[in-house]
Amino acid sequence: MTEARRTSLAAVGIFLAVLLVLTMLVSLASGAFRIPLGELLRIIGDGPSRGDSDVVAHNVFWQVRLPRVVLALVVGSSLAVAGVIMQGIFRNPLAEPATVGVSAGAAVGAVIAIIVGFNQFPLGVQLAAFIGGTLSTALVYVLSRSDGKTEVVTLILTGIAINAFAGAVIGFAVFVADDDEIRSVTFWSLGTLGLATWKAVGAVAPLAVIGVLISAKFSRVLDTLALGDRSAAHLGVRVEPVRLQAIAVVGLLASSAVAATGMIAFVGLLVPHIMRIVLGPRHRHLLWTAALLGASVTLLADLAARTLLSPAELPLGVVTALIGAPFFLLLLRSTRRSQGGWA
Amino acid sequence: MSTSLVARNVGVTRGSVRLLDDVNISVQSGEFVAVLGPNGAGKSTLLGALAGDFPLTNGAVAIDGHDIATLAPRDLARLRAVLPQQIVISFPFTVREVVAMGRNPWRDDNDNERIEAAMRRLNVDALQSRTYQTLSVGEQARVSMARVLAQDTPILLLDEPTAVLDIGQQERFLAVARSLVDEGRGVIAVLHDLNVAMRFATRVVVLHEGRCVASGEPREVLTPALLSNVYHQKIRVDSTSDGRPVILPDHRE
Repeated sequence: MTEARRTSLAAVGIFLAVLLVLTMLVSLASGAFRIPLGELLRIIGDGPSRGDSDVVAHNVFWQVRLPRVVLALVVGSSLAVAGVIMQGIFRNPLAEPATVGVSAGAAVGAVIAIIVGFNQFPLGVQLAAFIGGTLSTALVYVLSRSDGKTEVVTLILTGIAINAFAGAVIGFAVFVADDDEIRSVTFWSLGTLGLATWKAVGAVAPLAVIGVLISAKFSRVLDTLALGDRSAAHLGVRVEPVRLQAIAVVGLLASSAVAATGMIAFVGLLVPHIMRIVLGPRHRHLLWTAALLGASVTLLADLAARTLLSPAELPLGVVTALIGAPFFLLLLRSTRRSQGGWA
Repeated sequence: MSTSLVARNVGVTRGSVRLLDDVNISVQSGEFVAVLGPNGAGKSTLLGALAGDFPLTNGAVAIDGHDIATLAPRDLARLRAVLPQQIVISFPFTVREVVAMGRNPWRDDNDNERIEAAMRRLNVDALQSRTYQTLSVGEQARVSMARVLAQDTPILLLDEPTAVLDIGQQERFLAVARSLVDEGRGVIAVLHDLNVAMRFATRVVVLHEGRCVASGEPREVLTPALLSNVYHQKIRVDSTSDGRPVILPDHRE
């Protein structure tokens, strides 16, 4: 008998919380300027007003590290939760904001804004990224559904088309841009937390919190949708309105995340999948645990991005893709073995 | 309390194709109505129409006098449950989790009791920690039926519930279906096996090319003449030694 192997929720919750706290502490301490743990704890204890801690350490902590860590938490959990919802509504573990082109759409919005000079306005680029992400979400939704069903192949092909288009727009932008703009464009297409400021955190965090809170409302519906649209409807689910609302939440989460940090690939794919293996597919638990793990994974990836080649900094999207792409291939292979692949 | 589902003059047209034309069918508490007919006759379309899956071109379906097109999805889900032909579940949910999905329209204090009872009744309680994907087709069918039962509705619509079951599973399944009818539920089931319909149905409705060509008590309706005409195959009705009718293809010259 093959009983489903599930790890206890309490154990997983504790593990994820401890992991998050540890990665936060390590992230806050490490970097070009190292803050020893004792000093770090003293700074945290002092709060925003500096006590007898080191001036530089105090400023690095409050002005550089903490906003960066908080932004990583916000963006990581947004992407992971967006991935959980998207996989649930499309009933497919391959769907996530990056593979279906939502992130690329947001990046295109940002890049166009940079080239036309929209970046002079405060948060103008972020707004453009948000619009780009929302538009491509709508496009994916319209194109990949027919007769009330999502065709998986169409979904993935739509993603390929949007990603290719985004690549072309970004390439063109690099072609016409001056040096300053090229740096900005590269940032959007590869993703980084290097520009984290309290202002950026302030712009994204409310959207992320709203999105994550709303997503809790969908947990039961997402479970029921696993039976297929028709059976979900027989169980009293208003399938189309719910799906539209859920897509809007995905657009909100993914677009605001990309707007703050550029494209960060694979977090939305990898994290929900790991949590599903550990806890099973019930969305009630999947959503918040994925948020926790998404935050830790993004923090760890950012830690790697800024310490591996220190003092130089790798783009964050490069790190997540380097780890995520092989994982994606393994995922494809194991699914192929267990289910004969996705037709 | 008695519940009835009544469909009047149901017509369904897709493009220029008339899938159902002026079909009348009903079920009351305590009735097992079998929908019969050759492949392509419109049986599954009729079940979809009764379930409220799509708008009708003509006619209406009502449960206790309420048009199902105007009922809120959740209220409708408390009145009728639907067992589709085959269910593919996209994520590795356990049997218990799948059965629990049947409680979606209720979510009340009875949930656990109903889930347990449904699993016991379909004899899947021993499988409850296994994932649905690892089950055999026959086990999956029973789990899906347990989910339908957990929905706890007075009306059940079953689309070829016995198609993937072996003869033993089929008998046990039909015994469960009959006990549901005996406790006052109404069942409409699309069936392929004419002998099963003969033995278990209180009424049969025969579809042919989208129209209802006969309805009534099985022994009166399932005649050699009607069946031979509908299935394009000479069919005879014999008797077993204890006097029960048996339907067979007729190859005698």
